[in-house]
Amino acid sequence: MLNTNDILETIRMIETQHLDIRTVTMGISLLDCASDDKKVFADRIYDKITRNAKDLVSVCNSIEKKYGIPIINKRVSVTPIAIAGGGLKEDGFVMAAEALQRAASTVGINFIGGFSALVQKGMTPSDIALINSIPEALSKTSIVCSSINVASTKAGINMDAVAKMGKTIKELAYITKDADSIGCAKLVVFANAPDDNPFMAGAFHGVGEGDAVINVGVSGPGVVKSALESIKGKPLSEVAEVIKKTAFKITRVGGLVASEASKMLGVPFGIVDLSLAPTPAVGDSVARILEEMGLETCGCPGTTAALAMLNDAVKKGGVMASSSVGGLSGAFIPVSEDEGMIAAAESGCLKLEKLEAMTAVCSVGLDMIAIPGDTSAETISGIIADEMAIGVVNCKTTAVRVIPAYGKKAGEKVVFGGLLGEAPIMPVNTASPADFIHRGGRIPAPMHSLKN
Amino acid sequence: MKAVITVTGKDNVGIIAKVSAVCSEYGANISDISQTVLSDYFAMIMLVDIKELTVEFGAFSDILKQLGVDNSLDIHTMHEDIFNSMHRI
Repeated sequence: MLNTNDILETIRMIETQHLDIRTVTMGISLLDCASDDKKVFADRIYDKITRNAKDLVSVCNSIEKKYGIPIINKRVSVTPIAIAGGGLKEDGFVMAAEALQRAASTVGINFIGGFSALVQKGMTPSDIALINSIPEALSKTSIVCSSINVASTKAGINMDAVAKMGKTIKELAYITKDADSIGCAKLVVFANAPDDNPFMAGAFHGVGEGDAVINVGVSGPGVVKSALESIKGKPLSEVAEVIKKTAFKITRVGGLVASEASKMLGVPFGIVDLSLAPTPAVGDSVARILEEMGLETCGCPGTTAALAMLNDAVKKGGVMASSSVGGLSGAFIPVSEDEGMIAAAESGCLKLEKLEAMTAVCSVGLDMIAIPGDTSAETISGIIADEMAIGVVNCKTTAVRVIPAYGKKAGEKVVFGGLLGEAPIMPVNTASPADFIHRGGRIPAPMHSLKN
Repeated sequence: MKAVITVTGKDNVGIIAKVSAVCSEYGANISDISQTVLSDYFAMIMLVDIKELTVEFGAFSDILKQLGVDNSLDIHTMHEDIFNSMHRI
């Protein structure tokens, strides 16, 4: 028979430590929906999504019941719309975004991602039209997410796109100003964006993927923190070991759910993303794990080292647990979605510059950070460029999802609710990078020898 | 196909009888039980075969959950695979 302690441990993880499956995301290719007629394209993508994902929610609900583990979000990611809808104009892309929203509501999912463009080396007229349509598209929809990949290790950084995204984010903040500029919470700028990421806002279905695929994102910061509570004061090698073992267990559950969902839906299993994804709930925070390791407040000296170890140990445990690991896989540090990060930012201990350093050693990047509404487009582009450089040089995914809260100043607050949480507005360095950003062009790809 | 039923809460008369009655009513065959009482605190783990279950697994789990609510107990019913995958390499 199964070991009693193991059974009780699993139940404790789910009941009191917030272990859950954060998302089951179905990736759907829209390449076969192409049309130069915007209406035909919108109808085709609606039909394909609703046909493929019609059972997604009911299947997830039955898995939830079978294994007793909550599946928080059911999502769909699609082929980057700038590619699938190549040839469309701005109004066509807005219509496509509305079709995505309608399809998502019909099948009952929480988010749909892929209103995206890949412009790391250059922008096609369709890419430009899609980016131009983002403010209107994201303000007219509520659960459509957008991502733009502006840099990669192989291509370098497209600074024209970086400059454009600074302006787009400002515009989007303005157009959704009545809801604390929430539009910006659904737009992310990437370097080295993965093709199989199940997490929003950055999920899209890469062009190298099959027709449909099931990707699963796990969660579980609370489980890691609780495990560490039992080894207070022990050396860090032991801490790493405990994190590894915990990540193994969490990932196993993700793998089980993924293979079950894949079987029931008749869609191939893609990857398990073993990210530690926090929520604003108490006891579900990545910042609190770092503090459990011995930091007074997240953001103090030592934070980057602690996070680097956490991130690495999570990957080691996860890779042992599943041979299909992908997506972003690491620790997330979104400010507004993490109760401990919110507290650290409010206390003034956690600053934007420290967060930037932290992104060099963990998954994703400057995520869900509210900044003053009067931050210039050039400064936002500067923040993006810095973050892209970290990703490009270190051969990793990095991203920027900042919210310049219209009409608000540092020290005030934005409140989004739900998984998106709330965040104190963090001050931004006001010296201007405008001349640097206005140069445009491309920062060449970095070299991969002479590593120093 | 086996499921694990865990029952925890304050000790009382007839807990095992009530849970077993539900199992037999819906065709779940009990294959193992381990049970302890630690200072008034009741903890039971029951392994049941659900091959011949007469209702959907989700419904069976809801019925047991409700039984728990009615008797101030915490009852979880989960497929054994989640434990096997988590705790065995």
